[in-house]
Amino acid sequence: MSELSVVPSLVSPERVPRSAPGAAAVAWMMLERDLKLAFRKASQLVQPLAFFAMVTTLFPLAITPELTRLRHIASGVLWAAALLSSLLALEFLFRDDAQDGTLEQYALSGRALTGLLAAKTAAHWLLTGLPLALIAPLAAVSLGVPAHALPGILASVTLGTVTMSLLGAVGAALTLGVRRAGALLSLLTLPLAIPVLIFGAHATQLAIRGEPYGASLTLLAALAVFGMTVAPLAAAAAVRINLE
Amino acid sequence: MSDTTLNGENVHLWRGERHVLRGVAFTVSGGECLQLTGPNGAGKTSLLRTVCGMAYPEAGRICWRGRDVREDLPSFHAEMAYLGHEPPLKMELTGRENLHYWVGVRRRFAAAELDAVLARVGAGRWADRPVRTLSAGQKRRVALAGLLLMAVPLWLLDEPTTNLDVEGQHLVGALIDEHLAAGGLAMAAVHHPLAVAERGLRRLELGGV
Repeated sequence: MSELSVVPSLVSPERVPRSAPGAAAVAWMMLERDLKLAFRKASQLVQPLAFFAMVTTLFPLAITPELTRLRHIASGVLWAAALLSSLLALEFLFRDDAQDGTLEQYALSGRALTGLLAAKTAAHWLLTGLPLALIAPLAAVSLGVPAHALPGILASVTLGTVTMSLLGAVGAALTLGVRRAGALLSLLTLPLAIPVLIFGAHATQLAIRGEPYGASLTLLAALAVFGMTVAPLAAAAAVRINLE
Repeated sequence: MSDTTLNGENVHLWRGERHVLRGVAFTVSGGECLQLTGPNGAGKTSLLRTVCGMAYPEAGRICWRGRDVREDLPSFHAEMAYLGHEPPLKMELTGRENLHYWVGVRRRFAAAELDAVLARVGAGRWADRPVRTLSAGQKRRVALAGLLLMAVPLWLLDEPTTNLDVEGQHLVGALIDEHLAAGGLAMAAVHHPLAVAERGLRRLELGGV
C-alpha cells in the first residue's frame, strides 16, 4: 500500500488532467517509439532500400550499359523504383500495432488519433522515404545522370516520398482489417500516386537536361502539403472504423 | 450529476446475425466493482467494448457521470482504462519502455512512480528485459502496472487474471480492492470469481445465445 502512495488520487473529476503532456510532446513520443522499434528489427528497414538498389541496377543490365542511352530512361527508372519500394514497407505501418493491441490503446487514450497517426507517418517517412531520397542520387549516377542534376533529384524524391508515405498511411489504415492486404494496398495507393510519378519524373528529366525544374518541384510540394492536411484525418477515421 | 457513475441503459448489440446483447442494463458507482459472468459467447467482451466506445450498440446508451459517452468520447477515454485479452505490449521493447510509450501519451509521471507500480505488481525484477522474453503471466503483470499508472477512475477489465498464478490472482483482487477504496470503479469480465472484498462487489450474469 505504501508503495502506491505516489499514484495520485483517482476521484478528482478533472476533465483534462493537468498532468497530460501537450500534443507536440505526445507526437514526439510516438515518433521516438516508432524509430526505436524500427531499429530493433532492422530487416524491415533495409528491405525497401535493397529493393530500390536492385531495380535500378537491373535496368542497365537488361537494356544497355551505355550511359548516354541510360540517361534518357533514368528519370522513369528512378521514379518507378522509388514508388514501388516505398509501397513495400507500407503494409507494416499500422499492422503490427493493430495486432498487438497497442493501436487500440492509443485509440482509447483520449488523445487525438490524428496527431498520433501523423507522427507514425512521419516516422515511417524518416525510416523509408528519407533513405530512399538519399540513395536516389547515387542510383542516378550509376544511370549516367550528370552531377548537376543531383540536387534536383534529391529534392524531388524527398517531396515525392513524403506524399507516398501520407497516401500509404490512408491505404494502410483502410486495409487494416484485411488479411494479406499487400496487393489491395498497392491497388489503392498506386493510382493515387500517379500525379507524384508524373511531376517527379518530369522534374528529374528537366534537371538532367539542365533546365529549370522549379515548377514541377512546387507542384510536388503542393501535393505533399495537401497530403499532410488531409491524410492523417482520413487515416484516423479509417483506423477507428477498423478497430471496431 | 458529476459523481463517478457508469450506467448502461437497454443496450442492444448485434454482431452480424447474432443478437449478442439483449437489453443489458447496469449501474456501477464509485467504490463498486461489477463482475460480468456468463458462458463463452454470452457477450462479456462485447459489452466491455461497447462501454469503451469501440462497438456501436444498435439501441440503448452508456452514460458516464450522467452523460452519454458518445457526446464526448475523448474525455471519457481520458478517465477510463481498458485491458483486453492480450496485454497491449510491444515485444521488442522492455516493460519499462512499454509503459513509457503506452501511458506516457496520457499523463506525465516520474520515474519513481513507474518504479512504484512495477514493484506493486511484482514486475520490478524483469522490467528492463524485452517483453518478448517474458512469460505470459509476467506480461500480464506489466499490463497491470500500466493500468495502475494510468491513474483513472474507471477500469474495464477483460479476464484480468488470465495466465496469472494463484498469487497473481490475489494481486488482481487486491489491486481492485485498493482501487475501489480510493473511490474508483471497475467492470470485469471473468470466468472465475474475482478475489475481491464482498462489500463493493456487484454481479451481472449475461445469458448465452
